[in-house]
Amino acid sequence: MTLRTVEMALATPGVDAAGHPTRVPLGVSDGNGEYREDLGAEHMLVNIGPQHPATHGVLRLVLELEGETVRRCIPHIGYLHSGFEKLGEYRQYNQIVPLTDRTDYLSPMANNVCLTQAVEKLMGLELTERCKVLRVIACEMSRIISHLVWLGTTGIDLGAFTPFLWSFQERERIYNLQEAWTGARLTTSLTRVGGLMADIPEGWEAGLREFTATFPKTLTEVDTMFTRNAIWIGRTQGVGALTAEEAINLSLSGPMLRASGVDYDVRKDRPYLDYETYDFDVPIGEHGDIYDRYRVRLEEMWQSNRILEQALDRLSRLKGAPINVSDPRVVLPPKSRAMGDMEAMIFHFKQVMEGVKPPVGEVYMGMENPKGELGYYIVSDGTAKPVRWRIRPPSFINLSSLPTMCEGALLSDVIAINASIDIVMGEVDR
Amino acid sequence: MGLVNPATENQADETTTVSAVSPNFVTTKLDFLTNWARSNSLWPMPFGTACCAIEFMATAASRFDLARFGMERMSFSPRQADVLICAGRLPFKLAPVIRRIWDQMPQPKWSISMGACASTGGIFDNYSMVQGIDTIIPVDVYVPGCPPRPEGLMYGILLLQKKIKGETITDDALREETLVGPSGLFLPPERVDELSEPFGNSVQQTRSS
Amino acid sequence: MQSQPVSPSIAALRSEFGAAIERHFVSSGQSVAYIARDHSHDVLAWLKDTPGQEYNYLTDVTAVDYRDPERPLEVVYQLRSLGRKDDLRLKVALDKRAPLEVRSVYDLWRGADWLEREVYDMFGITFVGHPDLRRILMWETYAEGYPLRKDFPLRGQFSRAEQTRQALAANPEAHYSLEELSIAEAYGELPKDVQERLARGERGFLK
Repeated sequence: MTLRTVEMALATPGVDAAGHPTRVPLGVSDGNGEYREDLGAEHMLVNIGPQHPATHGVLRLVLELEGETVRRCIPHIGYLHSGFEKLGEYRQYNQIVPLTDRTDYLSPMANNVCLTQAVEKLMGLELTERCKVLRVIACEMSRIISHLVWLGTTGIDLGAFTPFLWSFQERERIYNLQEAWTGARLTTSLTRVGGLMADIPEGWEAGLREFTATFPKTLTEVDTMFTRNAIWIGRTQGVGALTAEEAINLSLSGPMLRASGVDYDVRKDRPYLDYETYDFDVPIGEHGDIYDRYRVRLEEMWQSNRILEQALDRLSRLKGAPINVSDPRVVLPPKSRAMGDMEAMIFHFKQVMEGVKPPVGEVYMGMENPKGELGYYIVSDGTAKPVRWRIRPPSFINLSSLPTMCEGALLSDVIAINASIDIVMGEVDR
Repeated sequence: MGLVNPATENQADETTTVSAVSPNFVTTKLDFLTNWARSNSLWPMPFGTACCAIEFMATAASRFDLARFGMERMSFSPRQADVLICAGRLPFKLAPVIRRIWDQMPQPKWSISMGACASTGGIFDNYSMVQGIDTIIPVDVYVPGCPPRPEGLMYGILLLQKKIKGETITDDALREETLVGPSGLFLPPERVDELSEPFGNSVQQTRSS
Repeated sequence: MQSQPVSPSIAALRSEFGAAIERHFVSSGQSVAYIARDHSHDVLAWLKDTPGQEYNYLTDVTAVDYRDPERPLEVVYQLRSLGRKDDLRLKVALDKRAPLEVRSVYDLWRGADWLEREVYDMFGITFVGHPDLRRILMWETYAEGYPLRKDFPLRGQFSRAEQTRQALAANPEAHYSLEELSIAEAYGELPKDVQERLARGERGFLK
């Protein structure tokens, strides 16, 4: 008989999935498969969430506590399930781009890029040089803002309020850039199949350059605040540790996986957008505890800054280059031509009314999102709307390791561990 | 905020309440003080679910700063909160949670529906999304946007402050709890269906291919 | 389209399992193989443990329901070999007229835990051997069906008022009340008919 969770047993008391009766092992095992009430070791069920300041969204944790120690942790998700994948089946591919903003809403541009990369891979489209550089800039900006939210909220969870204000101040600077480029601070909908919604405006590059020049100062401040801080070290070192084998077996990705010592970064292993031509390092941790994850993410922000500077240099050499593929089946012709030229008008009409139609087939596009490996699996039947749009959510899979990490930890560690996974519930629940 | 369940509207009240006193010089002065105090120290209950919650956090951060309105003390316990700000989409699974949180908040309480999804369901016209939190709890101010800019949210807060300043303590109906009927809904089912009817683009976007 | 290279794992699979590998194709440069349902666990275990294959990372488990109602449901496994930096996709086709069951790979990759639960929730496919197969995204007593199936309409089966009413009645807090806890503890000692009534969800009739 497998050890069922308390939750399962209570949902259908004493009956398992096959209809066989079970017992809830709430007491102490006496080694013979029997459970007895032990007056000194009564377990308590504590419910955290779904509305809670420290759960980073609508997550519910049911903890079986023995004193202050967690014996079992049962996460409940689905409180933000929005039916994205179902909605995607009713939308043309360019109409799915705004949906992708809202899954991982802390790094919207990265999701936009991933979707159009997947469709372009399915169609065999080759992007223009300038488009690729701009998409790299979008991805790295998204990495920075996502890690900044993680930093701020983890600080709050562990009692440090000020870095939250610092990180949100830096985010505001990126938001200004995002707003100048796409018109929206958060729901950017940056990309289209075959290109981007628009090129960067005048003076935008100077704004980003100013950001990359001054951002390291904030990172240094955060480093000074946390890295050798006794309270921070005491709360994060040795807590929530996962070995490399466990991390691989649990299908973790991103900083969670790298902090455990596994050298897997999609940008290096399965490069896209010419990442192999950029000069950057991937930080790898050692112990897999919260402190290593913090160090990995902090270093990733440094590296993202480095990539942004390189991308800006490339961009200055590509002034005036086109951002969209010159394929009229995919990219709308310029409006001036669409009004005068019959062919352009027909292409415009077909694209707006019918949408972009990839060939029959399927594709899995994995990208290194700030949270982990975001994968879009698209199955196409040749029509403008996908048969299946699957989001391989890094936060969902990373969160499934929470019960493993929490076993034997203290109640306050659960909050710290939850914070270190860096989840965004929009992506966990989709 | 005086939406009352029609089923219980006609309960007679025997005891003497403030409403038995007709408005006069004293009550208007008291109103002014009470409303001024309430509107400038609204402790928000941030029921943040999705993207709007991030914009809410940005509004509370240093650039836009909710502390100017007396709202920097985020009360995560509903017992100590004044205004429930539902920031983000509300799926059906979360519906009993927001109802319970709303019920746990003591009077006087108000609610702000922040964003398109909280107000009407937004772009999520599907099986899992509540089409507007006003089908579950009464709403005072709707802030449109996806997500609304922090300035938009602040405008919504200012509107709520204006609404509060127009209240009077002699009107008991303002502070009545909305009761849930035997069906578990506080609006009649036809109303819920009517509020959730698709319109505009939503009607056409249910074709799969 | 020029012919795209097929992953060498496909040839290795065919020589090892023969007819259990039904067919394969390449799309967007990625190799996909269909495996027979009864051998899915063996094939996946072989892919994970065999030196030279070493697909130690389960990237994703999902399912696809096609628009053509005659086409079977497909369970899709996306595997990766971190050491060899290689990917492979495997599919198991499930006929809709037969019970939708496939063996769970939880014992091979623990990451399949929540992924398979989600496929169960969204498609209704049972993963035999999964230790804790219950709904994960919808609430446990969700009665409308399996949302990602193509016969499930976008806005759901019931009216909005009915959906709201059912959602508000779900009341997950009750699962952790003292009543439930004591029922669960005493369950084994109760008579059969009482057990059946409890399993059906009746409450409030015990002393």
